[in-house]
Amino acid sequence: MPLVSFHDVQKTYRSLQGVDYPALEHFSLDIEVGEFFCLLGPSGCGKTTVLKMLAGFEGPTAGRILMEGRPVTGASRDRAVVFQGDDSLYGWLTAVENVEFGLRMRHVGKTERRERAMRYLEMVGLRGQERKYPAELSGGMKQRIQIARVLANEPKMLLMDEPFAALDAQTRALMQLELANIWQATRTTVLFITHDIDEAVTLGKRIGVMRAGPRSRVKGVVEVSLNGARSRTDDVFLGYYKQVYEMIRDEVAKSLSRTD
Amino acid sequence: MRLARHLLAVYGAYALGFASLFVIWQLTSIYLVSSVLFPPPTVVLRKGLMLARNGILFEHLSASLQRILAGFVAGSLLGIPIGLAMGSFRPVRKLLEPYTEFLRFIPSVAMITVAVIWFGIGEASKVFLIIYTTIFIVILNTAAGVSAIAPNKIRAAESLGATQAQIFFHVALPATVPYILTGMRLAMANSFTTIVAAELIAANDGLGKMLWDGRLFMLVDEIFVSLVTLGFLGFATDRLFRWSIYTFAGKYSPAT
Repeated sequence: MPLVSFHDVQKTYRSLQGVDYPALEHFSLDIEVGEFFCLLGPSGCGKTTVLKMLAGFEGPTAGRILMEGRPVTGASRDRAVVFQGDDSLYGWLTAVENVEFGLRMRHVGKTERRERAMRYLEMVGLRGQERKYPAELSGGMKQRIQIARVLANEPKMLLMDEPFAALDAQTRALMQLELANIWQATRTTVLFITHDIDEAVTLGKRIGVMRAGPRSRVKGVVEVSLNGARSRTDDVFLGYYKQVYEMIRDEVAKSLSRTD
Repeated sequence: MRLARHLLAVYGAYALGFASLFVIWQLTSIYLVSSVLFPPPTVVLRKGLMLARNGILFEHLSASLQRILAGFVAGSLLGIPIGLAMGSFRPVRKLLEPYTEFLRFIPSVAMITVAVIWFGIGEASKVFLIIYTTIFIVILNTAAGVSAIAPNKIRAAESLGATQAQIFFHVALPATVPYILTGMRLAMANSFTTIVAAELIAANDGLGKMLWDGRLFMLVDEIFVSLVTLGFLGFATDRLFRWSIYTFAGKYSPAT
């Protein structure tokens, strides 16, 4: 049984003028336990909508979303979210207090939660920064806090919504490498949303390519069998890049020519 | 030495600004408007020192300050929970908005009349007026603070396993602190306006009463002592407020 499955999910938004916009239609997808799944698509195709529904922030208009066979009805600590921007961090808490947040809400003892938070801060390379407030840290460091915060809570899966999109190219490449290492170490199931083919091929074990909206769904899934460190100059890497590129090219063109 | 230079850079211009205010006042009152109706600062200062020495100034000042503090604290303590409830729960907001949206347009100065009829000219009417002038600003700012919380802060807490009550106390409340403090700071400034107006009309002591007596008995110097005291008092309280915001609530920066 897959960890997560979307069955024929439909999501329609109603605009303020009362016009319906069918963002997703006949959207189906399975995510297996322990895999790193990248959902790739042109901007506005509804990738983030998929994540929001799985997180439980929004419900589908029709269809079913199941996790371990049970329908998703709301947010849960089983599905931790790493957001794109840094506005989800708590500015009045230090880095380590942010990481502890979930444990504190569950009344985990002070010494134990501090110890666990420090372990994950170390894993994301923030040792020595634990007493700083988010405002004192760089964009990359803030995303590291977010990652440590969800890992410390030990969820069944991570939902990541373009977490590195706002970072500069060098920091992004570094963060991708670190995330790949963390995933290798923890083997937590990940749903990673991105519009960047390079990022998807670098990180994903499977890549789901979405159609342009409206009525978006998964166009096809590419299985990436690259093991260990992936190099952008590697022929196999470039092969996957090309394969995904061919799939998404028309969709990007469609999304650009959209007039609504 | 470096500290001295730093202090000079920060406060030097400030002190100079204040000094120029009094120099210009001094020159104007001596050369331009030479009249007993516009005393120079030296005269006002002398009068002020005299009133301070015989305790009269302090009496009025503490009377006004006590009223402001009592009303301000009570108004804030009432306003913060009401604002939090209005910002958090839509039905509460719909229910209470008619009150806040209607009453906040009736200036506290206009309420002096009924306050005196209801509570007499004693302390109760003054404290009532300060509560009245404080509460709506604090409610409005607190509620605005709650609705300004980034939705992702709430969502993150939900998916980290926080309950609704935990989200309220650990996310909504601390995220609103800067707005609450800003509301309180504005309310403090308004309290000064209100207390003077109230004391002008009905009081036995206070800086407003001092102004009124000055007019009644043509004690122009005393009027100016009261005015300058009000200016300094307002300035000092506001600085104190700002300083405590930076010192105790600096980490609740509205930026993040």
